[in-house]
Amino acid sequence: MKITLDHLTKKFPNRAKNQPDVIAVNDFTFEIPDGKLVGLLGPSGCGKSTVLNLICGLLKATDGRILFDEDDVTGIPAEYRGVGIVFQNYALYPHLTVEKNIMFPLENFKGKDKLTRQEMKDRALEAAKLVQIDKLMDRKPAELSGGQQQRVAIARALVKRPRVLLMDEPLSNLDARLRLQTREEIRRIQRETKITTIFVTHDQEEAMSISDLIVVMKDGVLQQIGKPQRVYDDPANLFVARFLGTPPINVFHGRVAGGKLLVGKEAILSVKGAEDQEVWCAIRPEGFILDENGPLQCDLHGVEIMGRDVSVVASHAALDGVQLRAITPAARHMDDEAETVRFSIDPEKVLLFRKADEMRIDCTLA
Amino acid sequence: MENKSWKGWLYLLPAILFLGVFMVYPLIDVFVYSFEEGYDFVSQTADGIGLYNYEYVLRDPYFMQAVQNTFILVAITVPASTLLALLISLGLSSIPRLRELFQTVYFLPYVTNTLAVGLVFMILFDKTDSAPGLINVILGLFRVEPIDFIDGPYWAKMLVLCLYTVWVVLPFKILVLTSALASVDETYYKAARVDGTSSWRIFRKVTLPMISPTMFYLIITGFIGAFKAYSDAVALFGEDLNLAEMNTIVGYVYEVLYDEAGGGYPSFASAAAIILFVIVLTITCINLLVSRKHVHY
Amino acid sequence: MSKIMDFERIERRAKRTALIRNIVVYGLLGVWALVVLFPFYWMLLTSIKTQGSYAAEIVPQLFTTNPTMANYLQIFTEADLGRYFVNTFIFTVVTTILMLAVTVLAAFAFARLSFPGKDIAFLLFLALMMIPSELVVITNFVTMKSASLDNTFLGLILPSVSSVFYIYLLKENFAQIPDELYYAAKVDATSDLKYLGKVMIPICRPTLVTILILKVIECWNSYVWPRIITDKPEMFLVSNGIQTIRESGYGRDNIPAMMAAVVAVSIPLILLFLIFHKKIMAGVARGGTKG
Repeated sequence: MKITLDHLTKKFPNRAKNQPDVIAVNDFTFEIPDGKLVGLLGPSGCGKSTVLNLICGLLKATDGRILFDEDDVTGIPAEYRGVGIVFQNYALYPHLTVEKNIMFPLENFKGKDKLTRQEMKDRALEAAKLVQIDKLMDRKPAELSGGQQQRVAIARALVKRPRVLLMDEPLSNLDARLRLQTREEIRRIQRETKITTIFVTHDQEEAMSISDLIVVMKDGVLQQIGKPQRVYDDPANLFVARFLGTPPINVFHGRVAGGKLLVGKEAILSVKGAEDQEVWCAIRPEGFILDENGPLQCDLHGVEIMGRDVSVVASHAALDGVQLRAITPAARHMDDEAETVRFSIDPEKVLLFRKADEMRIDCTLA
Repeated sequence: MENKSWKGWLYLLPAILFLGVFMVYPLIDVFVYSFEEGYDFVSQTADGIGLYNYEYVLRDPYFMQAVQNTFILVAITVPASTLLALLISLGLSSIPRLRELFQTVYFLPYVTNTLAVGLVFMILFDKTDSAPGLINVILGLFRVEPIDFIDGPYWAKMLVLCLYTVWVVLPFKILVLTSALASVDETYYKAARVDGTSSWRIFRKVTLPMISPTMFYLIITGFIGAFKAYSDAVALFGEDLNLAEMNTIVGYVYEVLYDEAGGGYPSFASAAAIILFVIVLTITCINLLVSRKHVHY
Repeated sequence: MSKIMDFERIERRAKRTALIRNIVVYGLLGVWALVVLFPFYWMLLTSIKTQGSYAAEIVPQLFTTNPTMANYLQIFTEADLGRYFVNTFIFTVVTTILMLAVTVLAAFAFARLSFPGKDIAFLLFLALMMIPSELVVITNFVTMKSASLDNTFLGLILPSVSSVFYIYLLKENFAQIPDELYYAAKVDATSDLKYLGKVMIPICRPTLVTILILKVIECWNSYVWPRIITDKPEMFLVSNGIQTIRESGYGRDNIPAMMAAVVAVSIPLILLFLIFHKKIMAGVARGGTKG
């Protein structure tokens, strides 16, 4: 099912008296195509959970519309929307067995949708098999590991065959190893069911790794929506550029003058299609290439060997004392006793942003 | 890291003295009393050992009256107050505004003097020669003949006693239930709502199991408390509860123990107190057995 | 998914049920608030009516046009309410202070010190929580009477001091203070008593205040033990005093004066409650849910 958000806005009354409302979601407009896995990404407090709650119907929009295919569901209470949701803490009923937990939504069906006991059991088993917990049906949630509880929660959300599956920080309660495994699992389940799925996360790596589309937001405002690789390579603004990628992108004060990009006093690249101006020059860690004759000279602080890669920690006058990090293949020999290090720059990995509004400058670098 | 020393006992000494003299010793002594026949208060001697005290108490019509009253009171007020408290707490937790104000108002009876406010209930329900009393005036609007709730028929007196008892015990139950309800994680309700669960089913399948430990705690303490009812009755019907046919088991114990002439019958009182204790213990055990079946975690 | 289509109707219905539910809930809560508050209003109202006007009302009036304070004067002059107040005040203050001292020392021993037999001792303490006071009153009465302590403050106070539950409550709170603080103090050669006074008591002050208030309420309202151990009116506490006023012919005849006494007795605690209602309710809830 396709989901359309149309100028969606949510305001909360301010807790302090006589203060303006808090705008949690500000004029959201985007479309989620049918059958995609979408990651809703942003730092904590940016309103992404609010968006999820609006789609699910637990919150009511202040303004704008939500469409499921062609149906306007904006004013419809959660129970009529046909959505499934997985909460961060799973919200499994502790007094019910796994099977009873999964059957819980089915028991609410009324009228012609009403199922017999056997049908419910069959549906529950089918959902349990999908998430591979069909051996645990008689356990209580307290007897399950975090990962298993997560699967039960997914099964419970899927069992009523919702039109859309929503997940609120589905991986944040799991330890690092399980997280990797579980996110593959979510991907697999979504592929198998082909159900439109939206999950909220503050972990960009998580979002990038499994999403068909990512939606980046900040302070209630939509920043960018697109395929993960595309958003990474082609961020719309400095915030998106900084938010995606580990280690984070390195940002310098720079200047475009006479077709040259200058960082400090060094002209590091030539620029086409940009006027002369002060800019933010952002370089991905993998954009630095160790090169004795490279144009960018930095003070070397240290080298961290990480097996496959080497992380070079250095600083530059144009960085205001912040350290930069470059990632290079470990094969290259490095003298970590040296005082300075010189880089040449891969122009593909350099992004320029306007100083005024931090928006991307569309230009060609070489 | 720390050295074990006997110094700790020094700090405990005051507590041990107080508890030893006024709780542990009396606890043992009360059993002794209850088996000492013909105990004389003045000379502090007894004729012998036996079950006569129990026999006497169980044959005393005043005691049987007290037992009957107490059981009726328990049977009515425990379920009524628990249900009412549950309803009120559910109401409280569902409203967005004024919750704290309501909570504070509801708690007020907890801090007031049972005897003092009991007198207000008395004059509200009392029918005197000159005036029918406010409650009777209100009942009169529904064409009910005036009833003497304080000196009249047994059922009327019992009704007032039950009403007042519920009024007195509710604040505690409402408070405890409201905090139990508040501690239920809200995502359970959200999850249930998204699944289209009706409010009644949410209450039965989610809320009730979640607060079942608190419910059983309240029921058990409710039973224990109601079995010990006494001062509510005194407030409504005066100190001579036997005369008013409204005595309770605890009231009986004090009645027998305390005598205007100085020195009553501690042996009979002890026997009655131990019978009460056995009743309460039995009921509590039954409660615990039932709760083990129904409390989910 | 046909039910989705008629979304306007669904929304209207949801709005209407929510509205109706709110009205019903607020209505019922309001009714119960009235039930709770009405006796208080009635005692206040009756206490400022004159005896004559109260007696003349066949149908009780819900307000009065000529309030009088005469009843209050009367209960402090004709009845001995002033004396009951003083008695109760002395009883409450002394009992509460003694209780606090005993409780703090015992809780400190259990929470902080280690001594032989501690676990067993604590278990026995907990077991004492289950003993109903009705069982021990009998012997205490006999003990006090044979020590000729009936009708004395000592006789009133001593059996009312100990409270296992408060020791338990405070011990739990003391135990939450990190051990490192104690070791640091030990390294600085702080004595146990000084550590208790300078560190533990200030940190746990909220709990101590809660215990103090709850004990004051308990003392102010206590009826059973005072009734048994005192039979001379000059030793009565307010509860017994109220009961005496009621039993005497004068209380029956002059209901406004009796209500004035009821108001006078209730006011100190209601004031205490209005000031500390958050603390009191939190304390009772904690005690209640811990069980």
